[in-house]
Amino acid sequence: MIEFTYARATDAADAVSQADGADTRYLGGGTNLVDLMRETVERPTALIDVTGLSDIIEATPEGGLLIGAAARNTAVAEHVAVRTHFPLLSRAIIAGASAQIRNMATVGGNLLQRTRCAYFYDTEGSRCNKRDPGGGCDAVEGFNRMHAILGASPSCVATHPSDMCVALAALDAIVHTRAAAGERTVALCDLHRLPEDHPELETVLEPGELITAVEVPPLSFATRSAYRKVRDRSSYAFALVSVAAAIELDGDSVRDVRIALGGLAPKPWRAWRAEEVLRGAQATPESFRDAADVELAAARPLAGNGFKVELAARTITAVLEGLAEVAV
Amino acid sequence: MAITINGVREQVPGDPRVSLLDFVREHLGLYGTKKGCDQGACGACTVLVDGERILSCLALAVQYDGRSVTTIEGLSSDGALHELQQAFIEHDGFQCGYCTPGQICSAIGMVTELRRGVPSHVTGDLAAEEIELSFDEVRERMSGNLCRCGAHNGIVDAINVVYAEPSR
Repeated sequence: MIEFTYARATDAADAVSQADGADTRYLGGGTNLVDLMRETVERPTALIDVTGLSDIIEATPEGGLLIGAAARNTAVAEHVAVRTHFPLLSRAIIAGASAQIRNMATVGGNLLQRTRCAYFYDTEGSRCNKRDPGGGCDAVEGFNRMHAILGASPSCVATHPSDMCVALAALDAIVHTRAAAGERTVALCDLHRLPEDHPELETVLEPGELITAVEVPPLSFATRSAYRKVRDRSSYAFALVSVAAAIELDGDSVRDVRIALGGLAPKPWRAWRAEEVLRGAQATPESFRDAADVELAAARPLAGNGFKVELAARTITAVLEGLAEVAV
Repeated sequence: MAITINGVREQVPGDPRVSLLDFVREHLGLYGTKKGCDQGACGACTVLVDGERILSCLALAVQYDGRSVTTIEGLSSDGALHELQQAFIEHDGFQCGYCTPGQICSAIGMVTELRRGVPSHVTGDLAAEEIELSFDEVRERMSGNLCRCGAHNGIVDAINVVYAEPSR
């Protein structure tokens, strides 16, 4: 870890005013940033501790949620409004990491956590375009069983590791930010960039821009929702494939549906094409499988992860079948 | 600036790079808390901060200014082992012992979470107000603590013996 200065922010305005230069990072629970600093993947010269900022979790009058960026993952998962009205969000959070890490990790930090691609971490032995733009990627031709099949590029095939973000993508969450220029909102689905030729640019946030809150708009049928995570061991492992979904039926047909995928792409992957196919379709296993196949038609598997295409199709189908049964 | 460690106020280290783990071990000589992976994967460094279990290897000590930390050394009182420490002995909850302080601190935090109603990945009903301390719940909730000796069955037994009774 290189030397850095440490300061606590008293509020969002204070945090933003203290952030000067690209070598400043906001510090939440530290579960990802401290690790990356120890590995010298991240080399900030200044940390601004934002864990003292708003950690409020409240149901909005419209039936949505407002979650302060400093709220801990455990606090969100256990909140009664989340468990009752947005069960997929609770389920996604408790499918991720370990209890100790969920107690530390903040919502804002979860959104900005970085890939667990082993080549990204291997500062001494591997090339990585994310770490060293233009330096090359050893994952494309390497051990890429865990890597992306959707949205990747020849320069980077890393996946976004978050479970929580997959549920938030399905819920059309809105990210509130603050910068020196003022406040703005960004749709969660638009927060993360695809790598293209610049995998080092992971979000649309400007240097010094701070996530202050995450808003979940009301969604009446989110009570019929699920998060299913397929992984190499039954607990405390990153996703090979994960599916967040909610469904609203009208008799035997699908009135509305939300689907987002994890473990498959450089960002939380909203399955817009599958949703479009399903709206108005019969709520049958065949329809669900067809929709999954439409979404996965764009898949470009690597040498080590071809299994993810079929695994994703089956997982999407199984989750929707389960929800349709529950919803009848 | 001070952190309370097992009831004693200690000055926060001047260098913000010092982890809470290195602070208790190298600065205070409290070697009960173990450094396993030092990257948040094994749970050996688990301590309690204001009663909540966290990983001290991923915690910068300076962030915990004003907080109260309990390590394995803080669990016994007047020379008597904590009841969970005793249960680990009686149920073969360890072999080499390296993961044990983290397991015990983690279990204490885990029970607090369970009684507060925090759901886990294996909790069937998210709306349930009370969650039973079942074999599956303990296994899932303790998954952040690895034991390379394979003493998990003894660990789960020890936890169940101490905490299964709702009245305790």
